[in-house]
Amino acid sequence: MRDPTGDAATLWNILTSPTLLTVAAGAAVLGALSGTLGCFAVMRRQSLVGDAVSHAALPGIALVFLLTGTKSSLGLLIGAGIAGWLGMLAVLAITRTTRIPDDTALGVILATFFGLGLMLLTFIQKIPDANQAGLDTYLFGQAATLLREDVMLVSGAACVAFGLLGLFWKELKLVTFDREYARTVGFPVHGLEMLLTVLLVGAIVLGLRTVGVVLMSAMVVAPAAAARQWTNRFSRMVLLAGVFGGLAGTAGAIASSLVRHLPTGPMIVLIATGWAIASLFIGSAHGLAWRWLRMRLLQRKLAEEAVLVNLYELAEAHGDLEHPHGEGAIKALSPPNVSVPKALQVLKKQQLVRESAKGTWALTDKGIAEARNLRSKEGGKA
Amino acid sequence: MNQTIAVEVSDLTVAYQSKPVLWDVDLIVPQGVLMAIVGPNGAGKTTLLKAILGLVPVAAGQVRIFGKSLAEQRHLVSYVPQRGSVDWDFPTTVLDVVLMGLYRSIGWIRRPNKEHRRKALEALEKVGMAAFAHRQISQLSGGQQQRVFLARALVQQAELFFMDEPFQGVDATTERAIIALLQELRSKQKTVVVVHHDLQTVPEYFDWVTLINVRRIACGPVQEVFTEKNLRAAYGGRIAFFVERQAEGQK
Repeated sequence: MRDPTGDAATLWNILTSPTLLTVAAGAAVLGALSGTLGCFAVMRRQSLVGDAVSHAALPGIALVFLLTGTKSSLGLLIGAGIAGWLGMLAVLAITRTTRIPDDTALGVILATFFGLGLMLLTFIQKIPDANQAGLDTYLFGQAATLLREDVMLVSGAACVAFGLLGLFWKELKLVTFDREYARTVGFPVHGLEMLLTVLLVGAIVLGLRTVGVVLMSAMVVAPAAAARQWTNRFSRMVLLAGVFGGLAGTAGAIASSLVRHLPTGPMIVLIATGWAIASLFIGSAHGLAWRWLRMRLLQRKLAEEAVLVNLYELAEAHGDLEHPHGEGAIKALSPPNVSVPKALQVLKKQQLVRESAKGTWALTDKGIAEARNLRSKEGGKA
Repeated sequence: MNQTIAVEVSDLTVAYQSKPVLWDVDLIVPQGVLMAIVGPNGAGKTTLLKAILGLVPVAAGQVRIFGKSLAEQRHLVSYVPQRGSVDWDFPTTVLDVVLMGLYRSIGWIRRPNKEHRRKALEALEKVGMAAFAHRQISQLSGGQQQRVFLARALVQQAELFFMDEPFQGVDATTERAIIALLQELRSKQKTVVVVHHDLQTVPEYFDWVTLINVRRIACGPVQEVFTEKNLRAAYGGRIAFFVERQAEGQK
């Protein structure tokens, strides 16, 4: 970014460099995978499981390195997977056998495993001659180290996961919605839940290198939370979460390659969570902005109706339905939060009232009819 | 009365962390009856239903459904859980939930087709919810939610229905719909077991009743076992309103 106007050719070179393409592809697939599986976790109220699994994976990575000295990603992944799985089993065991609620159990296990992982990492760093460089990338992730083989591995895993989700779609949806009922009709609920959990743990473990143990759970939760704001169908929610996760991965990879010293993992997470927060406001199905807007429109319509009826009743008291009244008189009858002048302007546009003199208003014939109509409706309700 | 036995429970004991919730419960439900399970709060009514359905671990005892184990007879059994047992904010439609009742008969991997949708709509029609087929389930009232669950159970074409507090907190329309449905099921010789909490309506809605309070107090036809003595045994002194009502009836 030496030259802010930028050299188009340089930009193009960066965007098409094999390194960026590899990283962006890897991040996209990881984002799509964790986003998709995250929907099931979120709807089963297990969003925190991602957090436990990813933090619990750290000691697994460190132990595999200590015991074997390997830094091959597959070996470390297996260690991470086993430790993450154990962490999750520990949470389940605590909630099933004691009176400790699951969020507390998660907190305890997460801290225990993560503390153990940090201790082992520090220990490894103090060992003379140990070629430990790179292990700490698992903490915050380093997408730039993604190799073509890694992308192939992740893509293969994603194909398997998406295939299984497609194949057992209706069974998995039923188990997510109503597991007890699923058991009574004879589905192997434990097996199906196991499938979801294995896939989720797999996706988390695969994402650790890119996003890191600390932030990985956001990639499980954020795309699902965002997708929920845009649709009321579970199938579309899962698809959208996949798309959102994938786009966040790509966008994060591109952003960090364009700006020097911008880390990829946190960038991806920021984009995913930023979009989730934006979706809370602008999401087409549940966005707060739309709800607020609908409420405002309704309030305004009710205010206009109230002003029209008030004007009618004032005029009726005069024995002349077209008798004009000043704004002050109308205001005195209206609730304090109603903007009478604004309402009158709108009613004028609809030709329900006319301004007989400056600041004095009277009903039109159409307005009289409408006011009568509104009053009869109210009467009907009472 | 037809003497085929729909449900036979013997020596059933369920414990949560060594505290007994159900103790040595025996009961027999003949085919074609509407049976209420009544008892005070914490008596184990829901647990009994769940134990029969294999949803909670059983410490001892066994359950036979039409003479065989539940595993062999699952296709004959249909369950209507308590409304509150699921997340009604789950992103799906009424029709979709009813279709779930057909998932087992549709089979693995295959998707619901037009015929399945027709059956689901028919079930919705029966509970007066056809107009809501494409409504989001989050937009339903409590009574409407209950009727959706009933439709999902109906579409299974089961012989034996287990309903957990279907009358709990529902509107009058839903209550009438449930009663009509129960009567239709009885006329078709279906067997229905309902966890119920309103003692006053027991003689009106049901023809068979089981009174429990951890132990089984009584099980049999309403006119024989729904007596003050049995109720007192199940509820202790907390049935004043009922005793008064009976006294009035005798006058």
